[in-house]
Amino acid sequence: MAPDARGGLFDTIAGFVEPGSTVLDLGCGEGDLLEHLIRTKNVRGRGVDLSEEMILTCVSKGLSVYQGDLNEGLQDYSTAGFDYAILSRTLQVVQDPVALLREMIRVGKKVVVNFPNFGYLPVRLNLLFRGRMPVTRSLPYQWHDTPNIHLCTRKDFLVLCRDMGIRILKETALRGGGVRCGFCANALANEVCFLLEGSS
Amino acid sequence: MIDTIAMDSVGIVRPRDFTFGENGDPLVLDSGKVLSPVTVRYETYGTLNPRGTNAILLLHAFSGDAHAAGRHRPDQAQPGWWDAMVGPGKPFDTNKYFIICSNVLGGCQGTTGPSSTNPATGRPYGLSFPVITIGDMVKVQVRLLDHLGISRLLAVAGGSMGGMQALEWATAHPDRVASALVLACTARLTAQGIAFNAVGRNAITSDPLWKGGDYYGGPVPARGLAIARMIGHITYLSEESMHRKFGRRLQQKEQYGFDFTDQFQVESYLEHQGDKFVERFDANSYIYISKAMDYFDLGEKHGSLNAAFRRTSAKFLLVSFSSDWLYPPAQLKEMAFSLMREGKDVSYAELTCPYGHDSFLIETERQGRLISSFLETVYGS
Repeated sequence: MAPDARGGLFDTIAGFVEPGSTVLDLGCGEGDLLEHLIRTKNVRGRGVDLSEEMILTCVSKGLSVYQGDLNEGLQDYSTAGFDYAILSRTLQVVQDPVALLREMIRVGKKVVVNFPNFGYLPVRLNLLFRGRMPVTRSLPYQWHDTPNIHLCTRKDFLVLCRDMGIRILKETALRGGGVRCGFCANALANEVCFLLEGSS
Repeated sequence: MIDTIAMDSVGIVRPRDFTFGENGDPLVLDSGKVLSPVTVRYETYGTLNPRGTNAILLLHAFSGDAHAAGRHRPDQAQPGWWDAMVGPGKPFDTNKYFIICSNVLGGCQGTTGPSSTNPATGRPYGLSFPVITIGDMVKVQVRLLDHLGISRLLAVAGGSMGGMQALEWATAHPDRVASALVLACTARLTAQGIAFNAVGRNAITSDPLWKGGDYYGGPVPARGLAIARMIGHITYLSEESMHRKFGRRLQQKEQYGFDFTDQFQVESYLEHQGDKFVERFDANSYIYISKAMDYFDLGEKHGSLNAAFRRTSAKFLLVSFSSDWLYPPAQLKEMAFSLMREGKDVSYAELTCPYGHDSFLIETERQGRLISSFLETVYGS
């Protein structure tokens, strides 16, 4: 993922999160987002990641992290145990995104999800004109080595939320470089970020 | 003979003794019984800073001792039990931290235990030594720290039974512990773990030389203690590590001789481990300390695991090892989630490692990186 786009994404997520809240970052990687939220929003944050290297990096930053596999689910986490459950640039790599979303809605009072928009125009054109699986800045992998096993478009996700009874509280669409995308997000946003809530 | 001392070694170290309870103020045990006097054998490495904020207490496992690092004599073959982790520039960095390690109560390596002299009789305690708990071990360490003038620890750290003591410290003395490193540990032994300990105790008490624990001054129940150690040792390894190390190879032959002089390498190894252990360990200490581990149940003591961790204010680092079937990762995960539920600062890592329970002593490189970076953040804050 392009590093220059992260500033805009991090600011978008920080904008969704209330100051002083509790945050669970699923697939936290090196903990950069958590650090950003701690610095800008004074959150009490926890990260989860599968990789030992990522855990080590997070520990060296003084973050609270748990080495675990999101594909094993969140059954050990308390219901509404966090103000926010965050899944940043990770939805597309999990085995069962629907099950994970359902669990996140249970564990987080609110949920933040962002993912690369497969409906992004260059992606569509790539497929249309080159007849090849798209390789872009936000999707830099070849079809055979990609960890992204569940790609979806912004529209696909909206449909899924409707079917699951998930309410969309806020949405920010981002173009390249983390710039906000004001119109026609379906085709012009390469990344979308949602603030969600269960329907209860 | 070691000609030079490595740059990252603490060098030649001197064990010390501290005795308390001679003139009143005895140790009151969890059982309600009292014990006095109590002598604690301990070692320290590094220097306590003027504000006293850099002290770390290392807590040894079942058969460990106060000698965590360095050597007592230049010609000592093996350094202290955690030498790979303790020293200048090592994870427990003696350039930064003041490290303390003491032998546990009930032990046989300098701290009062069943082989110590009972002042009432002038003879070794044997089975008249009171039954002790992990909590009692920690009470003795508290006395030692009071004596050393250390009111608050930067960290308590230990694997296996050492981790149990770290958990006890963090829950019984939350105001005195800034962080707790709990490695290859559990909040309570499984029935399987207790079963192995019970067989070990049985091996000792079935040895005719044990004589109801009153064997001091005569031959020791060496066979029973060696068998106990063999059983224990099997539980500290993994199927994979045993396979890698020994396979099905015979010790001295290529072909089966079809008689009972044939010995597989693994048999010979266990015999050796058993014999080596008898030279340095007391059979009654084995019985008392293994029982203390069996009794340890953090959740039961405080009503529940959540209630136990609710009391804590330390920052936790929990580390499990994938091949540890004696203290399986699931047990540390349970603690991690309990701490999370209580809103505590906890990190959990599960290192993929083939060496079984002993991984925490063997896998020092990756574990060391985790520990050193964790300690740095605690020390820096």
